[in-house]
Amino acid sequence: MNVTRGFTGRPRAHNAGLPPGQYDAGDDWPVLSAEVTPELSPAEWTFRVDGLVEEPHTWDWDEAHALPGSVYEGDIHCVTSWSKFGVRFGGVSLDAFLDVVRPHGSATHVVAYSHTGYTTNLPLADVTGGKAWIAWEFDGKPLSPEHGGPARLLVPHLYFWKSAKWIAGLRLLDQDEPGFWEQNGYHARGNPWEEQRYSGD
Amino acid sequence: MTEQAVEAPSFTPPTRFAVPGRIAVSNRAAALWQTATLTEIRRETPHAATYRFAVPAWAGHLPGQHLMLRLTAEDGYVAQRHYSIASAPDDAGHIELTLDHVEGGEVSGWFHTVAQPGDEVEVRGPLSGFFAWPGDRPALLIGAGSGVVPLMSMVRHHRAQGLSVPLRLLVSARSPEELIYAGEFGAETTPVFTRRAPQGAPVGRMAAAHVAPLLAEQPPGGWEAYVCGSNAFAEHASRLLVAAGQPVERIRIERFG
Ligand SMILES: Cc1cc2nc3c(=O)[nH]c(=O)nc-3n(C[C@H](O)[C@H](O)[C@H](O)COP(=O)(O)OP(=O)(O)OC[C@H]3O[C@@H](n4cnc5c(N)ncnc54)[C@H](O)[C@@H]3O)c2cc1C
Repeated sequence: MNVTRGFTGRPRAHNAGLPPGQYDAGDDWPVLSAEVTPELSPAEWTFRVDGLVEEPHTWDWDEAHALPGSVYEGDIHCVTSWSKFGVRFGGVSLDAFLDVVRPHGSATHVVAYSHTGYTTNLPLADVTGGKAWIAWEFDGKPLSPEHGGPARLLVPHLYFWKSAKWIAGLRLLDQDEPGFWEQNGYHARGNPWEEQRYSGD
Repeated sequence: MTEQAVEAPSFTPPTRFAVPGRIAVSNRAAALWQTATLTEIRRETPHAATYRFAVPAWAGHLPGQHLMLRLTAEDGYVAQRHYSIASAPDDAGHIELTLDHVEGGEVSGWFHTVAQPGDEVEVRGPLSGFFAWPGDRPALLIGAGSGVVPLMSMVRHHRAQGLSVPLRLLVSARSPEELIYAGEFGAETTPVFTRRAPQGAPVGRMAAAHVAPLLAEQPPGGWEAYVCGSNAFAEHASRLLVAAGQPVERIRIERFG
């Protein structure tokens, strides 16, 4: 351990919900995205799932909202080292979308892409079984554009760069294909509890 | 090993914004924590100072890249934050960071009130090739506050290498006293003052009138725009650029949270 002379850190209560290397951002919700925030209305928003599936499908806003609603209540963790506790997102579980397209047995990974062209890769197992959502509400209100509104992917058990803002679609693949930050040196999976920040961690 | 047919083709999204793919990031450097020894502190403004470090095994960086820095308390508590690299790449074995003193800030507070030459911290990097500028394309740089830090690395690189590729910097600060690197700017820079300006200069937010003339003098191949600062500033500046006709896929943004 390399102790920094004179550094004590801020007084803190032990928080079992805080992954290693993270701090509690409290009420703050920092915005981090590399691209210009798109002007995308709900009427223009679409979400497509294709690749290794029986039946590719594209949903518009109303069709997506006709699926059974689902809420995530819990914490989120950003690789830039803030975490946010007790957030509440409303939307639809990704399982509901995948049930419609029926993934092939050979599908192992997904590439999520956004309406800006941002991409991020995930193992299929990380977005199935109640672990991922398409979210359009935050705290009961429409998700704001700078946080990915009208709709974003939400994969709260991984670092938040995996939760692609302005989500446009998922492509199912039989191999892992690095996305935007992963090509820029970030970890392929991004589990905050294992501090998988950068490739090689 | 058996040959396997790859069914799903490699995937490019149906949109224009894409990874530049022209800058490789060293995974080894990004994964490795190194000791950085503080060698010098230079005051820039009442709220910002530059910290010079010796990092003997530093792998080098490109202007615009950042690093992760961590401080460790006696009880094992660790605080880590991202900081842009202020120095040009060819500063062998040394890097410089410029930190704003954030009110109540855990890491910037330690730097501004405790740190002295000889102190050791840990860094890993350089990180993120996306915001980097190797000096190859005409660059239009727009920053506010400490958002000027990675842009200054680009300006310094441009000078040190004697590059002729066009480079312009628009930088916003509250007042002349708060303009970081004020003494180092040259003809490439236009400062904008939001609260108090030198005599005869206007006071006000960065506006279309600042951006339009720069976009009017399009260099061959067009500008690559780099925007850096707080999120509010990044939103504002990137909208100005889009409104003035800069293509969205040629705007790179670094938001300090
Ligand atoms: C890619 C990137 C590059 C960056 N580059 C630079 C750079 O070049 N220069 C630079 O100056 N910054 C830069 N930043 C910002 C930097 O990473 C830090 O966010 C900044 O230095 C503040 O950190 P801190 O530990 O001092 O403040 P923190 O402790 O993180 O506090 C931030 C704010 O939260 C408040 N706060 C939070 N919790 C508490 C609490 N419990 N009690 C009291 N107050 C609290 C603080 O008052 C303060 O206003 C960059 C950020 C990114 C993402």
